[in-house]
Formats: sequence, structure tokens, C-alpha cells
Amino acid sequence: MSEHISESYDLELRNVRNALMEMGGVVEQQVRSACHAFVAHDAELAGLVRVADQRVNQLELEIDDQCVQIIARRQPAATDLRTLVAAMKASTDLERVGDEADRIAKMASGLAGAEPPLDQYGDVRRLSTDVIKMLSASLDALARQDAEQAAAIKQADSAVDAGYDAILREQLAAMQEHPHNIEQRLSIIWAARSLERIGDHAKNIGEYVVYLVEGEDVRHQKLRGG
Amino acid sequence: MLQTPIADAAQICLRVRGLTVAYAEEPALQGISLDIPRHQVTAFIGPSGCGKTTLLRSFNRMNELIEDARTEGVIELEGCNIFQAGVDPAQLRRQVGMVFQRPNPFPKSIYDNVAYGLRIQSSSSRAANLDQEVESALRRAALWDEVADRLDAPALTLSGGQQQRLVIARAIAVKPAVLLLDEPASALDPISTLKIEQLIHQLKSNYTIIIVTHNMQQAARVSDFTAFLNAGRLVEYGPAEAVFTNPKERQTEDYITGRRG
Ligand SMILES: Nc1ncnc2c1ncn2[C@@H]1O[C@H](COP(=O)(O)OP(=O)(O)O)[C@@H](O)[C@H]1O
Ligand SMILES: [Mg+2]
Repeated sequence: MSEHISESYDLELRNVRNALMEMGGVVEQQVRSACHAFVAHDAELAGLVRVADQRVNQLELEIDDQCVQIIARRQPAATDLRTLVAAMKASTDLERVGDEADRIAKMASGLAGAEPPLDQYGDVRRLSTDVIKMLSASLDALARQDAEQAAAIKQADSAVDAGYDAILREQLAAMQEHPHNIEQRLSIIWAARSLERIGDHAKNIGEYVVYLVEGEDVRHQKLRGG
Repeated sequence: MLQTPIADAAQICLRVRGLTVAYAEEPALQGISLDIPRHQVTAFIGPSGCGKTTLLRSFNRMNELIEDARTEGVIELEGCNIFQAGVDPAQLRRQVGMVFQRPNPFPKSIYDNVAYGLRIQSSSSRAANLDQEVESALRRAALWDEVADRLDAPALTLSGGQQQRLVIARAIAVKPAVLLLDEPASALDPISTLKIEQLIHQLKSNYTIIIVTHNMQQAARVSDFTAFLNAGRLVEYGPAEAVFTNPKERQTEDYITGRRG
């Protein structure tokens, strides 16, 4: 895209994009750390996740504020307008991803000192690998404005949903067989639930990228008869 | 190339085909084809000199008043070619009224400005209804409440925004089918501009409105359909919401987002 006649307008839009990229980077790291803290029962790492959440919240406010200023003062149109709408929506999802990471980290702190389960959280590890892949693909698609990559994220989401269902079923069955260790099993379920939600947010971000690039709203396509 | 966002032919008020206009052999419009929907607001946008005013003036054959202007192509108003032999340009201009950038009331009373066209149109028969018709036109132009008690005052004592609404009242008094507005608010303050925009919104249920504006936000606010012209050609034409959120053409995108083309 060529430059605006107004250089300061270009700068303002660049600032929004930079803040969004920074936010994506912080959040992705939060999720990685939270997952590691969870499976390793690492309270210290979990604490770092919780500190990072403040930066994420601050970035969300900054992005909203910058977007509102640009909308009020520049009356953006076309790609510029879609960029801002997508940025505001993506930052909301990223902030929620941060919250989920925070939740996982909180459980990791609770588990500190306990013995990890025999399977070393094999299922949770696999689920977290898939979810982190989804999240980084969505951030990558956002940075490169790649609608094709963004559209592919949807498929990964079904696998994540299935992974969560499997963990849920397995843990519930195990709880009935061995009624001890309930707390740890609940933590696994909650962590898996948070990961599944992070996958949903990544899918949303993918949809915003398609909207941003192609101007087409691909959410709720059944409602639109699309 | 024909561009038409109007699916239903029955909704077409004006049909333009292969319209080319040149001033002294210098082309100002080249091969314009588009359909204008009835009782909607269509906006023409584009950089200055791209031919917006020329296109607007084609709809009531005003370009003919310019000596070295030459026009080719067809414009149909409700199915009849306006360039056809036998069409009386004066009659056409009553059906297709025009309002200019600078308010241009006659140096007469408010009443006489609105009555002007009515008097020409029906020298005697409708004279009895004249008061009623003047009031009705002033009401439709959202000016009645501001001038009802001073209809005999000179029109030039009105504010710029009021003068522009008076000129609109004068144009609609003779019951045109189409109203052409050439940058009607560009000489007005923001509040008067909003009043004109509100008026345009009200008028569209009775008139087909075409507006030329260099103010893109205004086009985005008032128009149902938007045409982007560049260097005498029609680049893109579509529903306003599509043109302003997701234009198809790179040239349109650059223009409406304020980028160097
Ligand atoms: N009366 C005229 N005589 C000669 N050239 C004209 C006349 N009116 C307009 N033009 C030329 O035709 C082109 C289109 O002008 P116009 O329709 O007024 O554009 P716009 O309204 O988009 O600014 C311009 O190059 C302009 O200089
Ligand atoms: Mg003009």
C-alpha cells in the first residue's frame, strides 16, 4: 500500500500496528510460559506470567485509545478503516488470551510443590503445542496480512476442540475410578479449558485478518447465508 | 465499461451510455456508462477537474450553454433520450433541477424566488394555488419555519445556509424528477452543512438526487451509491458502504484513504 499524503497519518497507523504486534508478542510468550509453568509446577515462571498481564492490559488501552483518536480525527476509510476495526477487535481477543494464560499460571502456582502426574501431563502438553501453533499462526497472519494463512486457522480449531473434549472425558472417568487427586485433575480440566478458549481467540483473530485483507466478514457465515 | 450496482432495471431513473464530453476538442468525460437509481442519493466524487460537474451538467443539457462543448452518447431519463430531437431543453431543466455551489437566489423577495418557476410554468391557471405551492416548497426545503413571517423580505438578507435551502425550494417548487446538487454545501459552515445533508436525506423519498462533492465524508454520509471519477473516466461505482469500506479499485482506495496514487 502506498503512503498517505499526510505523513503523520502513516505514523499513527504504524503506531497502532506496532502496539498490536508488541501485544501479540507479549501474549504469545505469556501462553508459552504459563503452559511450561503448569506442566513443570514452576511457581516463579507463573509469577512472571502474572506480571506480564499488566503490560497486556496497558497495551489494550493504548490501542483502543489510538484507534479512537484516529477515527475521530481522520475519518479513515477502506483499508485504513478495516485495519483499525481489526486492531481493536484483535486487541480485545489478545487481552482475553492474556487472561486465560493468567488463569493457567494461577493453577501452576497452586500446583507448586506437588508431584507431577505419571504421564507428565502428556495430553495437556500436546494440546498446548497445538494451541500455541494456532496463536502464533494468527499473529503471523496478522503481521503479514495473509488471508490464506488466516483462513487455515479455522481447521486447526476443530482439532483443539477435540483435544479438549478428550482430556475432559479422560479426567472425568479417572476421577470416578480414583477419587483421590481430584484437585490436580480439576486443574488439568481448567487448564485444558483455558487452552481451548485461547484457540477460539486465535480463530477470531484469523477471521479479523480475512476481513482486513478481503473486506469480507467471515464470522457466523451461517447467519449470513454465506 | 458499464458499471451498475442496480440489479432491478425498473429502479433506474437515468441511464447513461457511452457519454463523452469535450471542451474545444479537449475531452472532459470519456465513455461514461452508468445507471442512476430513482429516489436514491448518488454521489460523484473524484479529484478536481476529473469531470464531476461536466457529468452533472449533462443530465439537464447545461453543457450546451457552453459554446465549444461537444457531447456524444445517450442519456435516458425514465426511458427517453434527452438528446433526442423534439426534447425542449427548458422543459428538461424543469424536470431536472440544479443547485450550485454558491447560493444564487434572485435579488427578489423570498416569496418571489420560490414562485418564479411556478409563474413561468403556468401563467394563469395555477396562480390561485401559488401561496400554497410556495409554502409547500419552503416546507419541503425545511425553510418554512424560519421565513414564514418574512416572505416579502429580500432573499439576499438570508444567511448562506438559508439561501441554499431557498434555492433548493425554488428548484423543487416546479416538481422536478431529479435534483442535481453541485457541491451544495462547500460554501457553508458546518451546522448549515448538516442541515443541507439532513434535507437531502428527507428529499430523496420524492426526488432522485445526484450530488457532486469534494468532501468524501459528506459523500459517505449522504449517498446511497457512490461513483468515483478520475481523469474523465468512471473508475468505480457501487453502493456507498462498499465503496467506502472495501473499494474494488486501487485508484479508488488511494483516493478515499488519502494516499498518493
Ligand atoms: N467551460 C469550460 N470550458 C473549457 N473547459 C472546461 C470547462 N468546464 C470544465 N472544463 C474542463 O473540463 C475538465 C472537467 O472539469 P469539471 O467537470 O469542472 O471537473 P470537476 O467538477 O470534477 O472539478 C477540466 O479539465 C476542466 O478544466
Ligand atoms: Mg466541479
